[in-house]
Amino acid sequence: MAQRIDIKDLDVYYGSFRAVADVGMTIEPRSITALIGPSGCGKSTFLRTLNRMHEVIPGARVQGTVLMDGVDLYGSGVDPVAVRRQVGMVFQRPNPFPTMSIAENVLAGVKLNNRRISKGDANDLVESSLRGANLWNEVKDRLDRPGSSLSGGQQQRLCIARAIAVKPQVLLMDEPCSALDPISTLAIEDLMAELKDDYTIVIVTHNMQQAARVSDRTAFFTIEGTGKPGRLVEMDDTRTMFSTPTQQATEDYISGRFG
Amino acid sequence: MATAAPTTPAPGTGNASTRALLTTADTRRRLTDRAMTVVVSLAFAIALVPLISLAWTVVSNGIGRLSPYFLTVSMRGVFGGMDAGGIYHAIVGTVLVTGAAAVISVPIGIMAAVYLVEYGRGPLARAVTFFVDVMTGIPSIVAGLFAYALFAVFFGPGVRFGLVGAVALSVLMIPVVVRSCEEMLRLVPNELREASYALGVPKWLTVVKVVLRTAVGGIVTGVMLAVARVIGETAPLLVTVGVIDSINTNVFEGRMMTLPVYVFRQYAQGLVPCTEGATDCIATVNIDRAWAAALTLILIVMALNLLARLVARWFAPKAGH
Repeated sequence: MAQRIDIKDLDVYYGSFRAVADVGMTIEPRSITALIGPSGCGKSTFLRTLNRMHEVIPGARVQGTVLMDGVDLYGSGVDPVAVRRQVGMVFQRPNPFPTMSIAENVLAGVKLNNRRISKGDANDLVESSLRGANLWNEVKDRLDRPGSSLSGGQQQRLCIARAIAVKPQVLLMDEPCSALDPISTLAIEDLMAELKDDYTIVIVTHNMQQAARVSDRTAFFTIEGTGKPGRLVEMDDTRTMFSTPTQQATEDYISGRFG
Repeated sequence: MATAAPTTPAPGTGNASTRALLTTADTRRRLTDRAMTVVVSLAFAIALVPLISLAWTVVSNGIGRLSPYFLTVSMRGVFGGMDAGGIYHAIVGTVLVTGAAAVISVPIGIMAAVYLVEYGRGPLARAVTFFVDVMTGIPSIVAGLFAYALFAVFFGPGVRFGLVGAVALSVLMIPVVVRSCEEMLRLVPNELREASYALGVPKWLTVVKVVLRTAVGGIVTGVMLAVARVIGETAPLLVTVGVIDSINTNVFEGRMMTLPVYVFRQYAQGLVPCTEGATDCIATVNIDRAWAAALTLILIVMALNLLARLVARWFAPKAGH
């Protein structure tokens, strides 16, 4: 069910401010693509254009094309709500719904959309999603407890379970481990390695070791100065990027000379 | 092999200069701290004085007349210093008029707050906020005259029935509901909205099932406080609903009695001029009834507040652990 994404000549704006300029890249299906770069270079902004979450912010807009299997996500007649069902998202801070139990959180995509689901199907979906997020064994005895009763790392895996319960094609992750300790981070990284068999995963990370560990391909973004737009410097196989990058800026960043 | 243990000074000795550094009292800071503690405590005590005094006055004056009989009969056929009469008709009137006001104000108020927080941008939203603030300051008698004038256009002069009063109370209640709901909706973290959008939930369902659901405890509290705010209004009800001695349960027709107006009426009637030696005449009966009705009103408001707390706790996001 994973799909390929082609981005061409993408400019992203907040009002009249151009935050990201002229991005073109291809995101391969069934792989993990990491976006790295210094703070403020537009990685997260770019990520949010892939499921049209960017336009939730007042004044935000996009120019260019994002093709998912050849269909432009920004083409006329495309419903942003339908796009978001195909392209799920996991946020930086775990954000389970505080009024819902663990099971209800997993079912949120179904329940919030007023879709009917039989009790048996619901239980199956909860179990398969939580298993998919490597959380089932830890929470199977307390599915009716509030989601906020879990630890930070468990909450983040709950959010991943909630995202994959909608059965998306693509999973976007915006620094999913930055609020977590190393053990929870490891759990999420292992999970990503499993999930890439079924999903196209795009992850924004500040942690270059993480990018090197988990991703198949890496894209490096940078910004020339405040007020200037972020740009894609280069994109290649992760191994190539971290050993023999073609651009000097990439090498400087990866070797820790700036950013 | 014995290693030299670091020499730990015995407790109580230690380096004299360090000791001096750590124990010297900052006299000025301590004095300021004391003085501020006294001032703050005093302010709290002063704030409590009128409250306790009020509660004591109302309870001591009202408890004598308050009885099941008093709560279950109207004033129909009661006159002079008769040891009879009650407030059932006024309770019915207050409940119906305030209830109707809540039915009008709560949906309008909540939807206006949703508009301001979730949809409103630019000049229109600023204008709504401005007028809500202005409306909060409207004197209640003006609201009463407005409702009366509005209905007088359709029903002719002298129109008085429950719904007119409910409209007058709504004018007072809507801004309070809008304001408190707006605060509550703004408290809902944006992350929850984004989490919902990212699951492919449309905006209106996000508002209804995530934002309002998360804020419902605070919204209920706000609505209850708004009800408590208008349930004691007297002047607009005197103008729009009028007074009556018997029970009227129809808000669409005829005058109704309400508790605050009842208190006003009874107190205004003052002492009864009893004839010398009359056994069934109580000179202070009107004033006693006024106090007892006032006590009932306070008890109702208190019950509403308790109910609001219970509901808010019931809907509150479940705490972890």
